[in-house]
Amino acid sequence: MSVPRLELRHVSKRFGAVLANDDVGLTVEPGQIHAVLGENGAGKSTLMKIIYGAVHPDAGEFLWDGRPVQVDSPHQARALGIAMVFQHFSLFETLTVAENIWLGLSGEIPLERVAADIERKAREYGMELDPARTVHTLSVGERQRVEIVRALLGDPRLLILDEPTSVLTPQAVEKLFVTLRQLAGTGCSILYISHKLDEIRTLCHQCTVLRNGRIAGTCDPTAETTASLSRLMIGADPPRLVRREHRPGALALEVCELSIPRNDRFGVTLERVSLELHQGEIVGIAGVSGNGQQELMGAVSGEDPRAPATAVRLLGVPIGRLGAGARRKMGLHFVPEERLGCGAVPGLSLADNLLLTRRESVRRSGWIDVGKLAGQARGIIGRFRVTAPGSRAPARSLSGGNLQKFIVGREIDAVPKVLVLGQPTWGVDVGATAQIRSELLALRDAGCAVLVVSEDLDELFEVTDRLYVMARGRLSPSVPTAAATVEQIGEWMSGLWAQPPAAPPAPGARP
Amino acid sequence: MIRLEARPAPSRLMALLSPLIALAVTVVVAAILFASLGKDPVRGLYVFLLKPFSEVRLLSELGLKATPLILCSLGLALCYRSNVWNIGAEGQFLFGAIGGGGLAMWVTMHGVAVTRWGFFPFAIVAGAAAGAAWAAVVALLRDRFHANEILVSLMLVYVADLFLTWLMFGPWKDPKGWNFPQTVSFASETTIPRVFRGLRLDYGFAVALLAALLMWAFLFRTFRGFQLQVGGPAPAAARYAGFSARGAVWTSLLASGALAGVGGAFEAVGPMGQLTPHVSTGYGFTAIIVAFVGRLHPLGCVLASLLLSTFLLGGEQAQSTIQMPAALTGVFQGVLLLALLGCDTFILFRPRRGAVALRAGEAT
Amino acid sequence: MNELALFIGTAFASGTVLAVAGLGLLINERAGVINLGAEGLMLMAAVTGFAVAADTGSAWLAFGAGAAAAALVAAAFGWLVIWLNANQYATGLAVTLFGGGFSAFVGVSYVGRKLELPLNHAVPLLSDIPFLGTALFRQHPVVYLAVGLCLFLSWFFWRTRAGLILRAIGESPESAHALGFRVRLIRLAAVVVGGALCGVAGTFLSVVYTPLWVERMTAGRGWIALALTVFATWRPGRLLLGAYLFGGVNVLQLTLQAQGVQIPAPFMSMSPYLATIAMLCIISSNQAWIRLNMPASLGKPFFPSQ
Repeated sequence: MSVPRLELRHVSKRFGAVLANDDVGLTVEPGQIHAVLGENGAGKSTLMKIIYGAVHPDAGEFLWDGRPVQVDSPHQARALGIAMVFQHFSLFETLTVAENIWLGLSGEIPLERVAADIERKAREYGMELDPARTVHTLSVGERQRVEIVRALLGDPRLLILDEPTSVLTPQAVEKLFVTLRQLAGTGCSILYISHKLDEIRTLCHQCTVLRNGRIAGTCDPTAETTASLSRLMIGADPPRLVRREHRPGALALEVCELSIPRNDRFGVTLERVSLELHQGEIVGIAGVSGNGQQELMGAVSGEDPRAPATAVRLLGVPIGRLGAGARRKMGLHFVPEERLGCGAVPGLSLADNLLLTRRESVRRSGWIDVGKLAGQARGIIGRFRVTAPGSRAPARSLSGGNLQKFIVGREIDAVPKVLVLGQPTWGVDVGATAQIRSELLALRDAGCAVLVVSEDLDELFEVTDRLYVMARGRLSPSVPTAAATVEQIGEWMSGLWAQPPAAPPAPGARP
Repeated sequence: MIRLEARPAPSRLMALLSPLIALAVTVVVAAILFASLGKDPVRGLYVFLLKPFSEVRLLSELGLKATPLILCSLGLALCYRSNVWNIGAEGQFLFGAIGGGGLAMWVTMHGVAVTRWGFFPFAIVAGAAAGAAWAAVVALLRDRFHANEILVSLMLVYVADLFLTWLMFGPWKDPKGWNFPQTVSFASETTIPRVFRGLRLDYGFAVALLAALLMWAFLFRTFRGFQLQVGGPAPAAARYAGFSARGAVWTSLLASGALAGVGGAFEAVGPMGQLTPHVSTGYGFTAIIVAFVGRLHPLGCVLASLLLSTFLLGGEQAQSTIQMPAALTGVFQGVLLLALLGCDTFILFRPRRGAVALRAGEAT
Repeated sequence: MNELALFIGTAFASGTVLAVAGLGLLINERAGVINLGAEGLMLMAAVTGFAVAADTGSAWLAFGAGAAAAALVAAAFGWLVIWLNANQYATGLAVTLFGGGFSAFVGVSYVGRKLELPLNHAVPLLSDIPFLGTALFRQHPVVYLAVGLCLFLSWFFWRTRAGLILRAIGESPESAHALGFRVRLIRLAAVVVGGALCGVAGTFLSVVYTPLWVERMTAGRGWIALALTVFATWRPGRLLLGAYLFGGVNVLQLTLQAQGVQIPAPFMSMSPYLATIAMLCIISSNQAWIRLNMPASLGKPFFPSQ
C-alpha cells in the first residue's frame, strides 16, 4: 500500500457566519486523478485554497508523503511541489506570458531562461505558447495554457485544477484531458475540481463529494452513473423539468446583418450577426465567453446604441438606436451576467433595486411612492420564493441564488414581450437553478420570447428550443435543440459551420 | 494577531457611533496638544467646545458660520454620493461671493432703490448662477475631455482666488478705500434681513435649513436623486438601467456649484457687507469634512456643520482668550476626519483574533 | 545670454520640486495607491525641514527631518488605506487638510525667520563652462538627485524583478496575492517611500528654493505633481520632462511679472494652474491610451480573501 501523496484530516474553516469546510478529510494517491465534486457553494474552492496555502484553516492536519507539514503560504506550497491553476486566472494583462510565469516561480532563474523553458515545456505537452505575447492579446483558452505551463514549470507533484473546462470548447476539453493523463502518468497527482459529472466519469480515478461543507462520500466515478453521482452531490434525485411542446408564434425580435466595430482593444467586432426570436420559444446562444456575446447583448439590450436603427427590430419596430430605458418601455427586458454591480446595486435595498428597471412606483412628477415600492418588492419576493429578511434588505446580503431569483423575478414580473438573459444560473445553487429554469419555461408557454446566452451547454440543452453558436464575433445558423449534438456544437464553437444561403430560413427550419 | 473580517451586513450601530468616536479621539488629541503647549487642557477644551454655547451672541455667530458650511456640504454630499469628486467648492463659493457681492456693489454704486427682502432673492440667484457657472467648467472638461474632476476643480480654486485678488486690487477696488483691496461697503438695503434685533444671525441660516430639507427630498424621494446615487457605487448598474452617467456629472456639479455659490453670496452680502480677498476662511474645504462627518446625509450635514462651526468659533475664542494660534482649528478638523475614516472601517468589518495556523500532528 | 542661462537654471530648480514629489507619487500609483495627500505631506515636510534648518543650521538634518515627517504621516495614511481599507480619495484629502492645518500651526513661530545656509552650490570644473555651466551645474544636490532618481526608477521598473512585482501589484493585487506576494506590505513600502520623496520635495522648497516659511507655501504644487503622473502616463522619464516644463512656465511668469509686462499679476500667477488644466484635458481625451497605461487597480480597495 503506497504512501498517499496528500492526506487531509478533520479540516475546518469558517468565514463569518458560513462554515465553508466542516471536518473534511481527503486522500490523494501518487499519479491519481482525483475529482472533488460538489455544487456551487459546497466548499470546494475553500478546500483547495487551504491546500495551496492561500487560506489558513481553523483546524485540521495536513500530511504530505506521509509526513505532517505546515503550509502557511503559496510559496511554501510551491516548495513542496503543489501547483494550482485557478478558475479565475491570476494573470497580469499588461505583462507578457514570460513575465507572468516568471512571477509565479521563485525568481532564482533569470527571465530569459524562463522564456526558453516555457517553449520547451509547452511543446512537451503538445501546447502552443509564445512567451513574448502580452496576456491581454490571448484568448481565454490560451490564458489557461499560460496558467497550466506556469504550474508545470514548477515540476509539481500535485496539480490542482479549479473548474478548468468552463472556458473551453468540447474539443479543447479533450486536448486538456490528454495533457492531464500524460502528467498523471509521470507520477504527478491531480486534484480536479468540477461539478460536471460527465467529465469526472471520463477522466478521474477517484472522486470525493462535498455537500454543504461536509464530505458526502467517496467513490470510483467510472463505476457510478450520472444519476448516482448527482444524488451524492445534492442529496436527492435531481429535479425534473416539465417541458411542453413549443409552438412558436409571431416574430418578436430580429437582428439583421448586425456589424459593430469593437469598442476597445479588449473587445470583439461583431460581423453580420443575424438571428430571429419568436413569441413562445426559448432560443439559446452557446459559446465560450469572449466571442462577442457581451457585445451582442449590449446591442440588443440598448446599452450600446451604435447599431443602425433597422439592424435590431422589436415586434417589427426598428430599435437599433434606442437606449436601454426606451427599449424596456417597449417590452424588451434584460437580465445581465453580473448580479452584484450590474443587475443589482449591492448597497441598496431590494426595493430600491426595483427602481433600476421598474418605474411603476414613480409618479409623473418624479416623486417615489415608497410604500408602493415596498409592496411591489414584497410581491416579487413572495411570488418567486426569494429567501430574504425583507424588502429593505441590502442586495449584497442575499445568497447568489436568491439574488438571481429576485433579479429574474423582477424582469419576469414586468410581463415582458422579450426577455434576454446572460448566464442565468451561473454560480447558483441547484434548487434555485431548477426554479429559474422552470420559470423561464412557464414564461415561454405564456407567449413571451426568451433568449438565453450561456456558456453552460447542459443548461442550453435542457431549456432551449433552438440553438445558435457564437464564435469570434459571428453567429452560426440556428439548429433545433432536439436535433443538435454536443460534438456539432463544439465544432461550431470553433467557427466551423457552413454559411447559410442568402434567403432567410423559415422559423425552426434547419439550414 | 487581530485581523478584520467582513460583516454579513453593514453595522448601523457603528454608522451612528463612528462620528462620535471620531469626535472623542479628536478631543483627546486636543487635550494632549493643549497640555504640550503649556495650557490647561480642561480650560482649553472648555473654550474650544463649550464656550460657543455659553452666550446668545455666540450662538448667533455659530449659526452664521454654519450657514455656508451647510450649503456647501449639501452640494458636496450630492456629488460624493454620485461618485463625482468635486473638491473645488471653495472656488465655487468665491465665485458666488463675486456674483452676489458684485450685484450688491452695482446696486450700491448706482443708488438703485431696493428693500432688504426685495434684494434677498436676487442675491440668491446671482450667487447660485455664478457658482454654478464655475462648476460648469469642471463638468464641461470632464464631459468633453474626461479630465479628472478632482484636479480640475482644485486648480480652479487657485484660479478663482487669484481672480478675486485681481478684482480687489483692480477694477472693483473702492476708490475711497485708502488703497486697501476691498470694494465699497454695500448699502445696508442689500444686507440679508436679520432674524433677531441685535444679533447678527440672518435668514441665510433659514435658507440653508430649507436647502437641507429639499436635498433630503431630492436624494431619497425623487427618481432623479435615485439615478444619481446608482452611478456612484455601481456604474455598470447605471448603464444597465439606462441612466446617463453624463447627466449625473452635470446635475451634481451644477447643483453643488449653485449651493456653494449661494453660500458665498450670503457671506459677502450678509455678515461682511463688502467683498475682500478674505471672504472665505476655507469654508469650501471645511465643507468636505462636514460632508463626510455628516455621512453624506442632509441631516448629518446640518449637525456636522454645527459641530465644525463650533470648532471655528472655538478657535477664534481660543485665540483671543488663551492665545492659541488660529491654525489650531485646522489641525483639529484634520484629526477629526482622519479618525472618522479610521472608525468607518468598523462599519463594514469587525476585528477578530487571527486563525490558528495548521500545526503538524495536532488533532482536533 | 547670462540671463537665459540663469533662467534655465532656475527653471530646473523649480521643476525639481515637482519632479521629486511626482516621482514619489509615481511609485505610489504604480503600486495601485493614489495619495491625494501630497500637498499636505509637502507642507509638513516644508515646515519641519525649515524648523530644523533654522534651529540647527544643518541642511542635511533638515532634509532628513522633512522626509521623516512626511514618511510618518504617509505611513499612517497607508495603514488607513491598505489595512483598514478606508476610501483612498477621502483619506488623501484628509491628509491634505490635516497637513495644511498642522503645518500652519507648527510654523507660526517660524514666519519671518531667515536661514543661515550656503546658497551657492557649484560642481567643480563643470560649473565654469560658459552658459551650460551656469544653466546646469550650479544647482543644489537635490536637483541632480531628481535626475538620478528618474534614471533609477526607469531601470527599477522595467529591468528588475522587484519592479515587475510592484507593477504587477498595481495591475492586479488579487492575482499577486494568489501567487503569494505580500501585497499589503509592498504597497505600504511604496506609500512610505513615495511619502518620503514628497517630503524631500517639500523641504527643498522651504530650505533651498525659497528659504522661508509661509503658510500654504506649496501653493498647489502637490496637486500639480499628481496631475503630472497622469501627464506622464506613469513613466519616470516623461514625468521629469513635464516637471521641468512646468517649472519653466512658473519661472517664466514670475520673470515676466518682474519685468513689468502689461498683463495684471494675478492672471500671470494663474498660468501654472491653467496650464495644468490644459495639459490634463489634452492627455485625458485619449481614454484608450490612458486605460492601457494606468495601473488597473489604482484607487480601488484590496481585500485579501483570508
